[in-house]
Amino acid sequence: MHSSGEAPAVIVSSAVRKFADTPGGLLPLLHEIQAGLGFIPSDSVVTIASGMGLSRAEVHGVISFYHDFRDKPGGQKTIHVCRAEACQAVGSRQLEAHVKTRLGVDYGETTVDGRFTLEPVYCLGNCACGPSVRIADDVFARVDADRFDELLGDI
Amino acid sequence: MVKIYIPADTTACALGADKVAAEVALQAQKRGLDVELKRNGSRGAFWLEPLLEIESGEDRFAFGPVYPGDVAGLLDAGLHESSEHPLFLGRVTDIEWLSRQDRLTFSRAGVIDPLSLDEYRREGGYEGLDKALAMTAGEIVEAVTDSGLRGRGGAAFPTGIKWRTVLNTPSDQKYVTANADEGDSGTFADRLLMEADPFQLIEGMTICALAVDATQGYIYLRSEYPKALQVLNQAIAIAEAANLLGSDICGSGRDFHLQIRVGAGAYICGEETSMLESLEGKRGLVRFKPPLPAIEGLFGEPTVVNNVLTLAAVSTVLAKGAAYYQDYGSGRSRGTLSVQLSGNIRRGGLVEIPFGASLRELVEDFGGGTASGRPVRAIQVGGPLGAYLPESQWDTPLDYEAFTDVGAMLGHGGVVVFDDNVDMLEQARFAMEFCAVESCGKCTPCRIGSVRGVELIDKIGKNDGRSANLELLEALCETMDVGSLCAMGGLTPMPVRSALKHFPGDFERGTGNGIER
Ligand SMILES: Cc1cc2nc3c(=O)[nH]c(=O)nc-3n(C[C@H](O)[C@H](O)[C@H](O)COP(=O)(O)O)c2cc1C
Ligand code: SF4
Ligand code: FES
Repeated sequence: MHSSGEAPAVIVSSAVRKFADTPGGLLPLLHEIQAGLGFIPSDSVVTIASGMGLSRAEVHGVISFYHDFRDKPGGQKTIHVCRAEACQAVGSRQLEAHVKTRLGVDYGETTVDGRFTLEPVYCLGNCACGPSVRIADDVFARVDADRFDELLGDI
Repeated sequence: MVKIYIPADTTACALGADKVAAEVALQAQKRGLDVELKRNGSRGAFWLEPLLEIESGEDRFAFGPVYPGDVAGLLDAGLHESSEHPLFLGRVTDIEWLSRQDRLTFSRAGVIDPLSLDEYRREGGYEGLDKALAMTAGEIVEAVTDSGLRGRGGAAFPTGIKWRTVLNTPSDQKYVTANADEGDSGTFADRLLMEADPFQLIEGMTICALAVDATQGYIYLRSEYPKALQVLNQAIAIAEAANLLGSDICGSGRDFHLQIRVGAGAYICGEETSMLESLEGKRGLVRFKPPLPAIEGLFGEPTVVNNVLTLAAVSTVLAKGAAYYQDYGSGRSRGTLSVQLSGNIRRGGLVEIPFGASLRELVEDFGGGTASGRPVRAIQVGGPLGAYLPESQWDTPLDYEAFTDVGAMLGHGGVVVFDDNVDMLEQARFAMEFCAVESCGKCTPCRIGSVRGVELIDKIGKNDGRSANLELLEALCETMDVGSLCAMGGLTPMPVRSALKHFPGDFERGTGNGIER
């Protein structure tokens, strides 16, 4: 999601300026870029590295270590399906299969219409009322196949 | 005017609380009813969410679970304390599931407006800090030591001893960090607390800062908790404006600055040294210990790393005294345990009780058995690295040592219930798969072993070289157990071995002896 109208280079350089002096500021910096652009463009690594006094390898290493950061654009919204145990106990394995078929994608992929990127998540803290699904910043409880289809229809 | 409470908690909203609130506002307006709508946190009785409460004098009365479609009917029937509506639950404090708990840490959750300092204070908040401000650092540490409080993040290390080490390590800059990574599946207590009673965490961290002479704090919050982030951000701003955070706190001459750092979806960053690396802006690679974080932690300086619930409990310890806290519990497990009943459970949610109750009591009495109505078959306690317990072990008291004795662990208090549809081979496989996905990659037994583990279990599932592969799997578990740098690789064998030991039939697929699915 490219939520602000600004040019990517502007977003990157202003984020770098904002966090250059923050101790351990690389994570908040990357979050800020991803919030603005939807991903962290590979050509921004040079700017980030020089602004933060790090090597390009270090910046790249951090981006690839964390599941949240993506280096390619995703869909308009990310759908996270909880794969962890408490949700498994109430049928998340079946839900997971349904979601993949319904969206026609596997984890890490974006639907052909560009609306959704599907990602796994390991617990959303909604474990008493699973299966849990997060769409953008909203969490949904007791999601079975029908409920999932209904949610998609509502978006 | 009717005062109505509807939680803004993640689970309540996941069940439709926002829609219920909107519907209440709309229907009230239609009827010309004068209502004041308050958004509280949740009391943690998630099986009753969305829980709608009305205030009447000193009391609150509840209806639940209330879905948007119920609202019009509720208003027509009248929202009052002698309602005969089928969703009427009576006086909230009389709901047995809640009244049977001993709530110390969660006493305010769902009761107060999470962002009202006045309400927080009215319910005993900041009494602990007031006392701590009149004590020396050593006295605070002593109170925490005497309370018997042990870390709630999983390892159950005595909190007072950790703080003493930081206090006694000289440095111009020390840090207090709250581990709010809460990655264990089946757990939500940290989240619930941060959303329902955020000042308690802030107060606990401030007391900790006074106790160890720290001036800077960080809350390391997982990115999966956007609501908690919102609430904490606001709470910190409110505390700063009230001079409860920042420079010269309450005119004491002491400074404590607090910031939130958001994780980025890595389970391993809940491990304390990985968390510190992440706070430093690096990959979350686990550090070798020693040095302990208490001596060389964040940016190489002495650092307290404590779980959210540990820090929250400190405000109770200071407010009510070490003896009061110490009085609850069993054996060397003192105080209360915040159990999170989850998975296939009829009455799931947060149950805070003194250590010592049995798992069976929790799952049967509080939990009411499975949501599916089928028999309980296995209970996983303590997150993804915790054991699966068969019925023969359900009488084990909830106590750190008692759990260790049966080859299990309490961890952060997650209790995940499975009915008899569970396939324990699949669960063992998932434990290995999860380790493969979330390993930080620093050591081989964990990084490679987990991938091998998945392969072996797949072969066993296909009855391919079964007995040889079972032996290899056990050898692999042993290697991971003894050869891993941290508990990620070291404890992944725990769920696997417990599944093998207690549910061997599930590993005999295709042999004609096992359970076929
Ligand atoms: C793989 C792994 C994940 C962990 N995740 C968490 C976590 O999410 N939250 C937490 O408080 N502790 C977690 N811990 C435990 C921490 O390393 C550490 O013991 C704890 O934060 C110390 O605080 P406490 O003494 O208050 O429990 C984890 C440990 C391991 C090995
Ligand atoms: S056991 Fe796993 S997570 Fe822990 S240090 Fe080794 S590779 Fe990293
Ligand atoms: S295990 Fe799915 S929300 Fe916690």
